[in-house]
Amino acid sequence: MQSGFFLLMALYGMEPFVELHDVTHVYARAEDSLPAVRSLTLKVNEGEFAAIVGPSGCGKSTLMKLATGLQFPVEGKVIVGGRKVAAPVKLAGMAFQNPTMLPWRTTLDNILLPLEIVEPHRSRLRRHKAEYVAKAEGLLAQVGLKGQGHRFPWQLSGGMQQRVSLCRALIHEPKLLMLDEPFGALDSFTREELWCVMRDLHAAQKVTIVLVTHDLREAAFLADRIFCMSARPGRIVAEREVGFPRPRDLDITYTPEFAALVHELRGHIAQARQAV
Amino acid sequence: MKTRNQLVMAPFIFTLGFFILWEILCLVLNISSFILPAPSTILQAVWEYRSQLTFHAMHTLWMTLSGFSLAVGFGLLLGMVLGSSRLINAGTYPLLVGFNAIPKVAVVPILVFWFGVGWVPPVMTAFLISFFPIVVNVATGIATVEPEMEDVLRALGASKRDIVFKVGVPRAMPYFFGSLKVAITLAYVGSVIGEQNASNVGIGNLLTRASAAFEVPLVWAALLVLAVLGVAMYALTASVEHSVTGWAQRSQMVA
Repeated sequence: MQSGFFLLMALYGMEPFVELHDVTHVYARAEDSLPAVRSLTLKVNEGEFAAIVGPSGCGKSTLMKLATGLQFPVEGKVIVGGRKVAAPVKLAGMAFQNPTMLPWRTTLDNILLPLEIVEPHRSRLRRHKAEYVAKAEGLLAQVGLKGQGHRFPWQLSGGMQQRVSLCRALIHEPKLLMLDEPFGALDSFTREELWCVMRDLHAAQKVTIVLVTHDLREAAFLADRIFCMSARPGRIVAEREVGFPRPRDLDITYTPEFAALVHELRGHIAQARQAV
Repeated sequence: MKTRNQLVMAPFIFTLGFFILWEILCLVLNISSFILPAPSTILQAVWEYRSQLTFHAMHTLWMTLSGFSLAVGFGLLLGMVLGSSRLINAGTYPLLVGFNAIPKVAVVPILVFWFGVGWVPPVMTAFLISFFPIVVNVATGIATVEPEMEDVLRALGASKRDIVFKVGVPRAMPYFFGSLKVAITLAYVGSVIGEQNASNVGIGNLLTRASAAFEVPLVWAALLVLAVLGVAMYALTASVEHSVTGWAQRSQMVA
C-alpha cells in the first residue's frame, strides 16, 4: 500500500527534491550568536516552483546557502536530490538581486562561465565550444535577448543584465535553481516582464526552483507553493499551495482570488513581524 | 571638438610655459647659474655631455626595468597569495607594512655588504622599493570579489583556485596596472638611489660625481634626463594599462 503511494508520487514527479529537517544555523561570525534560522523544516518537490517570503532579515538568504551547500547547518539535516548535503551541491544554479556579471567578458562568455567550472562540461568545453555557444544563444533568445551575446554586460540595461544572469544560472542545466530576490532592483514593468520570462523558463526546463522574495505578488504569480518565514531566527510559519492553473497570464494578478491570496500572505508576514 | 584639441595640446603648452617662465625669471632676477641654471644653460649642458648622459641613462634604464620586472613578478605572486588567503593576509600584513616603512636608502649599505658595488644593489633597491604597491593592489583586487559571484561559482563546485583565476585575477588587473604606474616611478627612484651609493655607472652615480665636482649644469642636465625618462616610462605603462584593461574605463566610452 505504502510502496504504491510512493510510486504514485514518483510518477507525478512529487518526490521531495529539497528537504530541510529541523534545521538550525548560527553563523560563526554572528556577534550575538543568535541563530539565523531555527527549527526550520520545509520540503520542495521535484520540478516545483517554490517561493519563500518573509520580513527582511529573516534568514531567507541563509536558507539559500544551506540548500546549495555553501553553509552547513549546526543542527538538523539538509537533503537535496536524495542526498545529504555535505559539500556544494553542484547541480544548482543561482541568481541574485545583483546580476554580478564579469565586465571583462562578453555577455556570451559570461553565460558560459559555469561550464568552465562544472563537470562534465569543463573538460568538454574547448572541443565542443560551438555546441555550447548555440545553447547559450538559444537561452538568450528564450529570455528575449536574441543576438545580444557579443555585447558587454555593462552595455546592457539592468533588466537585460538580470536576464543574462538567469541564462548563466541555467546554462549547465541545473536540477535546482535558487533565486535570491532576482527582480528586486528592477522597475515594476521590467519586473512583470521578467516574471513571464521566469514562468516560461520554468515551463520549458522542468527545473526545481526556489525563489526568495519580498514581493508577495511575485510569489503568488510564479509559485506552486509558498512558504512564509518568521523574523530572525527564521522558521516556516505558514505553507500555502497555489492552485492557479498554468500557464498563468499576468491578468490573474487582478482577479479577486489572487488578491485574496496576497492578502492572506500579507497577514502571515504581518504576524511574523509582530512576533519579534 | 575644439575643447578636445585643447585638452590634447594643454600638457605641451603648460610644460613649455613652465620652462619659458623659468628662463625669464633667471634672466630678470639675474640668478647665478650655480644656484639655478636657466633651461637654456641646462640644455647646453645636455648637448655638451650627450654621450656621457646617454651611456649612464641607458644603464639606469636597464637597472630600473630589471628591478621593476622582478617587482612585477614577485608582486603578482605575493598579491595573489595574500588576496586568496585571509589568514596569510592578516598574518603578514604588519611585516609587509613594516618593511615598506623602512627608507630604502638605509638598506643600500646592507646590499653592498652582501653583493658588493655593482649592478646588483641598484636592481635590488629598485625591486624592494617598488613591489609593495603591486602586492597591495593585486591583493585588494582579488580579495574584493563580490560575495554573490563567489557563491555562484562555489555552488557549482568551484575550487578556491578556480575563483582566483577566473574572477579574482582578471578583476585585479585594473588595480594591478594602476599600481604599475606608481611602481615604475618608485623603481626609478630606487635604482638611482642604488647607483648613487653603490655603483660606478648610471645617472645616479653621475649625479654623485658631478655634485662632488660642483659641476652644477651637469647635475641639472642629469636631473632633466631623469625626468624625461621617468615620463616616458610612465607613459608606456599607462598605454599598456589602457590597452589591456579597456573594460575598466567603460564609463568614459559610454558617456
